[in-house]
Amino acid sequence: MIVAEQKSLEEIRRMIDPYGRVLILGCGTCMTVCDAGGEREVSFLHNALRVAQARSGNGTHTFLEYTLKRQCDPEFLDMLTDRVEDVDAILSLGCGIGVQAVAERFSDLPVLPGVNTSFMGMPKEWGIWDERCVACGDCRLGETAGICPITRCTKGILNGPCAGTKNGKCEANKDMDCAWVLIYKRLERLGQLENMRRYYPPRNFRPIPRPRRIVTRATLDVGGENE
Amino acid sequence: MSNSLFEEKLGSDEFLVTTEIGPPKGTDTSEMLHHIALLKDRVDAINVTDGQSSVMRFASLGGCLLVKEYGGEPILQVTCRDRNRLAIQADLLVAYSRGIGNVLCLTGDSIDVGDHKEAKPVFDLDSVQLLRMIRTMESGTDVGGNELKGAPKFCIGASVHPEADFIEPQLLKFDKKVAAGAQFFQTQGIFDLGSLRRFMQYASQFDVKILAGIIVLASARMARYMNDNVPGIIVSQPVIDELATAEKGKGLQKGIEIAAGLIRTIREEKLCHGVHVMAVGNEGVVPDILEAAGLVDVHV
Repeated sequence: MIVAEQKSLEEIRRMIDPYGRVLILGCGTCMTVCDAGGEREVSFLHNALRVAQARSGNGTHTFLEYTLKRQCDPEFLDMLTDRVEDVDAILSLGCGIGVQAVAERFSDLPVLPGVNTSFMGMPKEWGIWDERCVACGDCRLGETAGICPITRCTKGILNGPCAGTKNGKCEANKDMDCAWVLIYKRLERLGQLENMRRYYPPRNFRPIPRPRRIVTRATLDVGGENE
Repeated sequence: MSNSLFEEKLGSDEFLVTTEIGPPKGTDTSEMLHHIALLKDRVDAINVTDGQSSVMRFASLGGCLLVKEYGGEPILQVTCRDRNRLAIQADLLVAYSRGIGNVLCLTGDSIDVGDHKEAKPVFDLDSVQLLRMIRTMESGTDVGGNELKGAPKFCIGASVHPEADFIEPQLLKFDKKVAAGAQFFQTQGIFDLGSLRRFMQYASQFDVKILAGIIVLASARMARYMNDNVPGIIVSQPVIDELATAEKGKGLQKGIEIAAGLIRTIREEKLCHGVHVMAVGNEGVVPDILEAAGLVDVHV
């Protein structure tokens, strides 16, 4: 899933400063799960903004709140049409995709990001999220014992550890496991160390000229149900 | 045609001595030129570091051009941290055309340990891929498969970490570097000759030359600092204890003695094929170390 962190109240207040009526828009999917922008966070932020405005004595914002099931899906965005008629700006607590989807759908409205979209990851323990995939477009987890060196090695190198690994940790961060130590140990356990002895050529970055697009329509056409 | 004088020496039975100089942070090359003059006739080759510890400095390529200009034998250190495959190949074409014959291929330190922590880390290649890329260029094409008008020829080396606390994956990578064409290895700092002996038992099966990395420490404090902050360095406790016995102001002298002692033993016991002296900021004392190690007459 996509993981994000809410921006500071100060930065959010700076962004919304020019706008009177602001719709705080949550997202019911990833942002809800990672506690950055679901219904609960929308409500907390709404209160925080009101309190901050009252304390500072300046600002005349009116806030509205709403949470969509998914901001990144046009189908759900249609449900917003009536709610944005009289707002001056949308403060989206969706991920970067949500913010842009809302902006594309409502071309006359400023859409502001309320969170910093961070990475694709998983919960490690309560409130702790770890990055696990960089969406490189060329998955090699089958060769690396299910541990991604591109994501988890700070250098994203492919042919084994650098010399900076110490106590199983990374030179960039002593709290971070060395991906290649993890990969070596797990390959060894699986009896697959041959995978690591193989030479891996330089990565092909062609799958990643941004922005990327995936077309699945062709496969749907076979069933004759789409278009 | 090879530009490398060092390659000829690799083919001999000579005990090889290389050292490194760190280029200046700024345009003032006077200290570097002083070190080049001091060292060029005392060692077989001089490495010029490539933004060591991810600290921005005068370029390695520029430093090697100066070594060459002043009559030394340069080893160009190339890391994959700052340049993608296009930029590295472009630099290598310049290097070869200006008479630089040796390249040390390194992955490069993490950006996080340096002085530009907000910079974009590149790592388009790793050290093994870099070695192979050079061999590809030598065959007359760039790594994109396009023909080169004039191909380079380099003596190429790499690094290995015999004192790594988990050696197996390091040895596996060493194998890959050998297979990729590395002719010589300059090891990470050696402080415990036992680990060098064990490593050489393994490495001697390969037709490559191993130069033991000798780091000159100036104090116990510096040793502890390097242990905590410099990637790939594990100064053993006995060495730290010995440094701590030095009188105030005599730490560097003690460091010179330790380094010279290591070199002397390595040479006398023929533990490996040579040494690579890394004085990290104290390049001026390298002649003293070589003299104390009994190497002074070998090269001058």
